[in-house]
Amino acid sequence: MLRIEHAYWLIALFLLYAGLRNLRERRPWHGAFWIVLAALFGGGDWVLAQRAAGNTLPAQFAGGGVVLLAVLAPRLKRMAHAESRSVEQRLQSALALGHRLFVPALLIPLVTLLVALFDAHLAAGGHALFAAPQMTLTGLALACAIALFAAARVTRAPLQQGFAEGRRLLDAIGWAALLPLLLAALGEVFTRSGVGTAITALTTAWLPTGSALACLLAFALGMVLFTVIMGNAFAAFPVMMAGMGLPLLVHQHGAHPAILGSMGMLCGYCGTLLTPMAADFNLVPAALLELRDPYGVIRAQAWSAFWILAATVAMMCFLLFR
Amino acid sequence: MNYWPLLGIAVIVAGFALRFNPVPVVVVAALASGLLSGLSVGQLLALLGSSFESSRMLLMFVLTLPAIGLLERAGLREHAQRWIGRLHGLTLARLLIGYLLLRQLLAMLGLTGVAGAAQTVRPLLAPMGEAAAEKILPGFGDADRDELRAIAAATDNVGRFFGEDVFVAMGAVLLIQAFYAQHGIELTPLSIALWALPVAVVAFVVQSLRVWRYQRRLQRRAAGARGEAH
Repeated sequence: MLRIEHAYWLIALFLLYAGLRNLRERRPWHGAFWIVLAALFGGGDWVLAQRAAGNTLPAQFAGGGVVLLAVLAPRLKRMAHAESRSVEQRLQSALALGHRLFVPALLIPLVTLLVALFDAHLAAGGHALFAAPQMTLTGLALACAIALFAAARVTRAPLQQGFAEGRRLLDAIGWAALLPLLLAALGEVFTRSGVGTAITALTTAWLPTGSALACLLAFALGMVLFTVIMGNAFAAFPVMMAGMGLPLLVHQHGAHPAILGSMGMLCGYCGTLLTPMAADFNLVPAALLELRDPYGVIRAQAWSAFWILAATVAMMCFLLFR
Repeated sequence: MNYWPLLGIAVIVAGFALRFNPVPVVVVAALASGLLSGLSVGQLLALLGSSFESSRMLLMFVLTLPAIGLLERAGLREHAQRWIGRLHGLTLARLLIGYLLLRQLLAMLGLTGVAGAAQTVRPLLAPMGEAAAEKILPGFGDADRDELRAIAAATDNVGRFFGEDVFVAMGAVLLIQAFYAQHGIELTPLSIALWALPVAVVAFVVQSLRVWRYQRRLQRRAAGARGEAH
């Protein structure tokens, strides 16, 4: 059965390859960075299993590895490798291959879709190919492998060329690739150290709690602000609900709980569109698309986020207290 | 109440404002908050390490890079551009709004991993968008290209975010339900997901209008450039 861990091992192998190539080309900081990250990915399951069994020493080493990555990151200059082919060569190849080029690219979403749709049926019959947790992502990993083989066939290039090109793109993204994982870890540390409760305690001390509208605005803006800080509406939601949503809006002012929960969460999503802390949605795409401004995607989203938020808050005003 | 861990937030804000490299900024903020809340160094490192390991799925997109890299080397982006350039009915706004609708509908079915910046925006949507914009405004510069790519990525994000909450088995809906259940309020997932629907419609309208206005802006600039040429 395919599990998400197999995908992590594939990632570890790819990172190791990227690290070794960089070492061989005398770019020691890049090499060390990817190799440390490969070790964290390859050893991750063992670390988590040991921690579950009560041995925290491997997890402490992993934490040390994370700190080491933070020391290495500023040394990675974002220098794009030269493209291995000129525009004319690529255009000529595009003319020769035509729509066949789309096939492997579309295989990635298509195979992922098929896995997501059909494996539940196979599982019901007792023939599951994929382990239930993270099934879609495991499907995505399989889709990437299939797409790589298909791409090699269509372009008549050796598989190795694929790894070389992938590593070129990886180096172009650089440390930005790491940010989502670090921010997730930061969110965990913030939660554990009581940052959320401290913030809601500070806010409620100043709020005119007798006014339902003031409470609603504070809750909605709090969701946005806290999501901007944590980079994730999921982290903001329980904190804001426990601090303000439940005691003030639901219990004191009689707000409709389903609407408050659903639309309150979506206020947080507007915050996600605004923050560099949501690196996987905002900074990584900017790096992937090779924008010169790392905050370009956030700039493009800011007004959309504002109008969606304004409309959501307006709807809450009308719907919550009926 | 211990307010000292809030200094971690100050570290983040200062670090991003001063444009330091975000990676060490984030790690220093985590160390500061953790230590100020009274965790020991060992506990803190273990917490940092295990939460990093638990979020490894966030790096899954790197597996797309070898296939995408190989196809781009063989001219995938150039082909996407040429193809869109020849389709006369397909304007920039129709392309982006069509993608937005598809992305939202897929997310509503819980299929968020199907599309994304690495899977679909870089190899397909961005080059197609560039070709569609070239058709409107032939002298499309580097700054314009950056803006268009950013809008394509933004459209992808908006479609995903404001579709996924309508899906009942999605993390967000289950989180809301679990929170209320812990506090003695029983709700069905469907009753929560239902109220995400009006917001999904609003998000679609807002993003479509912004894309359409961007196209209008390009068209005006093109008209202005033609006017000067006369």
